[in-house]
Formats: sequence, C-alpha cells, structure tokens
Amino acid sequence: MNVDAPVLPTSSQGAGVTRLRSRHLLGIAGLDAAEIALILDTAEAMKEVGTRPIKKVPALRGRTVVNLFFEPSTRTRTSFEIAEKRLSADTLSIATATSSVTKGETLIDTVRNLEAMSPDMIVMRHASSGAPHLLSRVGRAAVINAGDGMHEHPTQALLDAFTIREHKGRLAGLKVAIVGDLLHSRVLRSNVLLLNTMGADLCLCGPSTLMPPGVERFDVKSTSSIDEAVDGADVVMMLRIQQERMSGHFIPSLREYFALFGLTPERLRRAKDDVIVMHPGPMNRGVEIDSEVADGPYSVILEQVSNGVAVRMAVLYLLAGHDSAEPLKA
Amino acid sequence: MKLLLKGGRVIDPGTGKDGELDVLVEDGRLAKIDRHIPPDGAEVIELGKGWIVAPGLVDIHVHLREPGQEHKETIASGAAAAVAGGFTGIACMPNTDPVNDHAGITQFIIKKATDANLARVYPIGAVSLGSRGEQLAELGEQKSAGCVAFSDDGRPVATALLMRRALEYAGMLGVPIVDHCEDPSLKGEGVAHEGFHASALGLRGIPGVAESLMVERDVSLAELTGAHVHICHMSARQSLRAVRAGKERGVRVTCEVAPHHFTLTDEALDGAIKYDTNLKMNPPLREGADRDAMLEGIADGTVDAIATDHAPHHADEKMVEFDRAPFGITGLETAVPLVFDRLVHAGRISLKRAIELLSTNPARVLNLPGGSLAAGAPADVVVIDPDRRVTIDAGRHVSKSKNTPFHGWELRGAVAYTLVGGRIVHRSV
Repeated sequence: MNVDAPVLPTSSQGAGVTRLRSRHLLGIAGLDAAEIALILDTAEAMKEVGTRPIKKVPALRGRTVVNLFFEPSTRTRTSFEIAEKRLSADTLSIATATSSVTKGETLIDTVRNLEAMSPDMIVMRHASSGAPHLLSRVGRAAVINAGDGMHEHPTQALLDAFTIREHKGRLAGLKVAIVGDLLHSRVLRSNVLLLNTMGADLCLCGPSTLMPPGVERFDVKSTSSIDEAVDGADVVMMLRIQQERMSGHFIPSLREYFALFGLTPERLRRAKDDVIVMHPGPMNRGVEIDSEVADGPYSVILEQVSNGVAVRMAVLYLLAGHDSAEPLKA
Repeated sequence: MKLLLKGGRVIDPGTGKDGELDVLVEDGRLAKIDRHIPPDGAEVIELGKGWIVAPGLVDIHVHLREPGQEHKETIASGAAAAVAGGFTGIACMPNTDPVNDHAGITQFIIKKATDANLARVYPIGAVSLGSRGEQLAELGEQKSAGCVAFSDDGRPVATALLMRRALEYAGMLGVPIVDHCEDPSLKGEGVAHEGFHASALGLRGIPGVAESLMVERDVSLAELTGAHVHICHMSARQSLRAVRAGKERGVRVTCEVAPHHFTLTDEALDGAIKYDTNLKMNPPLREGADRDAMLEGIADGTVDAIATDHAPHHADEKMVEFDRAPFGITGLETAVPLVFDRLVHAGRISLKRAIELLSTNPARVLNLPGGSLAAGAPADVVVIDPDRRVTIDAGRHVSKSKNTPFHGWELRGAVAYTLVGGRIVHRSV
C-alpha cells in the first residue's frame, strides 16, 4: 500500500496559518481568509491523493467519524464517506430513516448515545438551521456541518471556491453571479460569506419573492434581472428551485421561472468568454438551467463533485490535526 | 395584628401619593399612610433609604400551565414566582390543556390559587371554544365564574367576524378582549423576526406587519363596537403607530409591552450562543427600530402596561433545534430589575411612571382590585430597593422553569418585600 503522506501546502495565501482555530466547522462564518486559503491549499494536496492508483493515506487511521444525516442526501454523504475512507478513518453512516429519531428521540439524546461510543468527529446534515451549533455545545466530538436547514453548507462553498480557483487561479476580484432560490439556500449563505471574505465581487439574482429580507446588509449586489447578473460574469452559479416553492406563492410556475430566470445559452453569452457555470446539484434541467448549458463547454458541474472529495478530505484532516499537536505523517 | 413599614418612599400614582411616608397595615388592610406613624404595638419593618413602597405589582399576562402542563409550571409555583418578582396579582391565559373555555376550569384555577395563597390569580377565559376560533365560548358563565377578560392568546382570533362578535359580547359584559395579534398566513412557519439576522441565520421570518395588520383590524373593530380591546405583548413599531392612532380618535384600545421587547433585539440570536432557544418567543425579538419604538411608547404614555408574558417551558423542551423549540420565556422574576435598570436608571421614565406601568395601569386595564394604596383596601404592597445590584440567576428562580435569556445579567433594582393581604409572602433583605 502506498502510504505516502500528501504533500501539504507550505501556505501560499495562508500567510503562515497551518491550523484552524475552531475544532468544529459549523459554517464559513468564523473562518478568516487565511483559514479558507489553508483549507483550499490542503485540498490541492488531497486532490493529488485521488489521482494515485491506491487512493488512500493513513492520516485518520484509528479515528472514528460518524456521518449523521437527518435529511436525504446522496452527493454530500457519499462525498464525505469517500473522503473519510481515503484518509483511513473508521466510518459509520446513519440516515434518518434508520435512526432512533423516527422513534421520537431528541437530537441531543441521539447524539449522546452516539457519543457513548466515542466518535472523534460527527458530520451532520439536518433540516433545522443551527442544529450543528446545538450539537457542538453538548457533545465532545468535532462537528462538521454538512448542511443545516437554510443556514450554511460550508463544505459546498469550499468546494465551489476550490473549483473556481482551479479555473481562475484566484478568487479576489472575480465577478460571480449567483442565481436562483436565494431565500431558502444554505449554499448561497455559505458562498456569500466565503466569496466576500476572499474579495470576490458578488451579484445575487432571483425573484423578489425569494430574495432574503435584509439582503442589502449581505454586502453584495442584488438584482431580479438575470441578464444584469450574468453580464460580464467570470462565474455563474445556479441554485436549485424546488417544486414546493409554488405552494408558498413564491413563483407562479416552473415554466415562468425558467422564462425569467433560467440560464440559457443566449443569456450566458453576456458573460465573459471564459465563464464557468456551476451548480451545487441536484439540478432541475429545464427549470433553472438549460441542458445545453449544464452539459456544455462552460459547465464545471461534475468537477465540483470530484473536488468535493478533496475539499472534505482537507477539512477532516485539518480538524483532526487540531486535536493532535503534531503534524500527521505517513 | 399590625405591621408598620417605616422609612420608605411611598409612590402611588392611583391616589397621587408620593413622599417619605409610613404605611400601617392592620388586619390585612391598609390602615394609614402618613408621616412618622408611631409603632404603637405594631411590628416595625425599617426600610432602607430610597426604598419604594408601592401598590403590589400586577402582571396581566402570564401562563401558569395548569391544568395540563404541570411539568412547566403550576398555579402554586407560578403564584410563588409572582410574589418573588413583586407581583401580588396575575392574570393567567387560558391556553392550558384543556383550554380554559369553561366555568369549571375557571373554578379549578381559582381553587388552586386560593390553596396556594400567594399572589391573587385572575383567570382570563378563552374567546372561543378550545381557542379554535370557531364558536364563542360561554363568556357570561365564564365571567360569573371569575374570568376578568377573554383571549385566545397563543392563537389569534383569525376571522374579523368572530372578533367583532367577541368584542360586542364582552363589551356587554363589561370586560375587555385581550388580543394576541398575528396574521396566521403572514406568520407562516416563522420562528424569528423577518430581517437581516433571520436571513443570515437561515431562520424563517415573521414580519412586524403580521402583528400590526391585526392590530389595525382590531382597533377598527373596537371602534365599530365601542368595546375595549387590549393589545397583548406588542412588539412591532407599526403596531404602536396603530394603537396611537386609535387612541387619538378615542377608540377604547390599551396595550402592553413585555420587558424582552424593550431590552433585546433580534441581533441577540447571532450573539455568543447562536440559536439560543431562550431567545425564541412569539412575537419574536424585533429589530432596533422596533425596540426603540417600544421604549418611546413606554416613555410617552402610549403603552399602558408592562406585562411579562411569563411563558415557562421545561429545559428539555428548549434543548432542541431552534425551529422545533416552543415559543416563550419566563418573566415574573426578572421584570422589576429590567424595568428599573433599563427604564428608570437609564433615565427613560420616572419612578412614578414605572409604578403606573407595573401596577396602576394593568389593574385598570382589566378592572382588577389593587393597583392602588387606597385606605381600607387589602394591603397588597411591594417594597422595591431601586439601587440594589442583582445578578440574574435562573437557577435560583422560584418558577418551575428556568427559560430566561437574562441569566447572568447584572442589573440594578430588586424586590425587597411583597405583601399580599398584609402578609409578608416574599422577603429578600
């Protein structure tokens, strides 16, 4: 078995930062630019591990990671699982349908029972905003937020940033348009925090009914014209629109939504020539994005998925390293 | 049996008394209020310099949880928390289990309160059966049994027609409708004030207008019917505007504000403890402009009363995800320090106005006995040491529940004595 340690960053933008200050990753909120850069730099090393014939390093050997998913998820859960396995952690995945939660157990009790088995880290997806914060207050394990309600999805924003950086070489100064259901999106909130911290130029776009109240204090531009948002953009990030939004009177129909906010090849022509198109998935083809764009030359949607593993490896690695003062060696 | 409160400053807005006066209590009643009353065999309580002797405080908005949710609070524990907070009279909301929509339940509450023999407890009956908003409860029977007002608190009276009839009918009985104002469709699944902080935290919002729309409706209905509507736990600046406008044109509308709505804002949700469920209440903590409007209404007289909306919940019920936690915080034992520290010492209101808001006016709003130190009246009295520094310690609260966001706050102002019917029921000196 190839047990070479990944070649870790000597801190490009990280300015000497080699560790995260918090033992949890509850959100992008609380990370500074140096820490974000550290995670992205570390992810580059981790990505290299994924290109090896034997995609495994022993960095988390003997550590137990529980993936606790209270909401259905395929992409994020499998991405974390692969990341954990590549780092040699012992992993266990619990999905809501098979947990005690359906028997009326509270989150706290579920977690206390898990903790009795001494996991080192808990990766949690939950429908309630703030659930990981509650968990971090009662438990001993390091908590990684894999998406909480409408609040944050930090590893998604990190993998988005990683993907952007791979293509553009930087984040600062880039014009990024984020289009879709802004109100209900945790991806949006994490991306706004991250891209603002890293100095990108953000423009949010969505119907007025799906604009977060108080968006003017998000320190970004916002518009309900997709043409305006896409104009001159380096990056266009599309967010999913959910079918059930029609029942809340947010939009009249998916058809009209596509007509007003769907990303079509014609609309994309207003962007820069080397624009990249992103989507956190799952995509609704023909609703927020035209298939021709989703599968077209500017799309980096599948790269986002691949990069997810490397970024999550980096997060797991750094959070584990926070506990042991010594850098992990092969 | 005689008791002499000596050396305090009597403030009684009801009778206009204000000065260094002694208070003589005889056989449970206020026998005499005068300068330098000789002890003449009475037990003498020497009060500290600057201590205030006032009519017992009256909280017209509390939840006592009994019958049905005795793990949160009982009538006895709530009445004990009341006197610990300086309140000699409390009006309890009908959202118990079962709902107090029937004379038998009212009688049960009164019986339990009599047994507890602490604060006086005045039941508020439900407007509609089960507070379901479908059929009027038997308000006449309920009033005969002891209800002092009617409310579907916790659930707004959703249709204008039912509210109109309730106002007309309660008006006939000479009692107010106590109105929890909230448009259910605008509130939706909201858990926090709609605005930047809810957006940033990913919490569903409740706009201030969800409250004020119904305030406007019900002020109009009070105008139409000539009946008295009392607006509960007002939180939004638009509501204050609607009440002010109603008062200006002579509508019989009164209103109350809870201490948390003049001390805290939604910014606290993003504070040291993120998603603290002890900051979740309905109506929610609103933004700075709303908090400032409440302070202004309290100072300029638009706000009639301070009421705590004391809403005890068990710690287990609050130790859950923010959106799953029940709404509400306790209030009886923190009201006096908050009012004195944040309003009186902050220079926003006078001592007299503080007593008006906590005693005189709430008693008047619900036509309750008390709220004044009239000679011959039962000696329901509070003694407040306005300068005592206290650190709020939820663990030492008398209420069964400890769900307060004010734990650890350092404030100036404390209750020294509470007397009900001339009996010392609380003392902290």
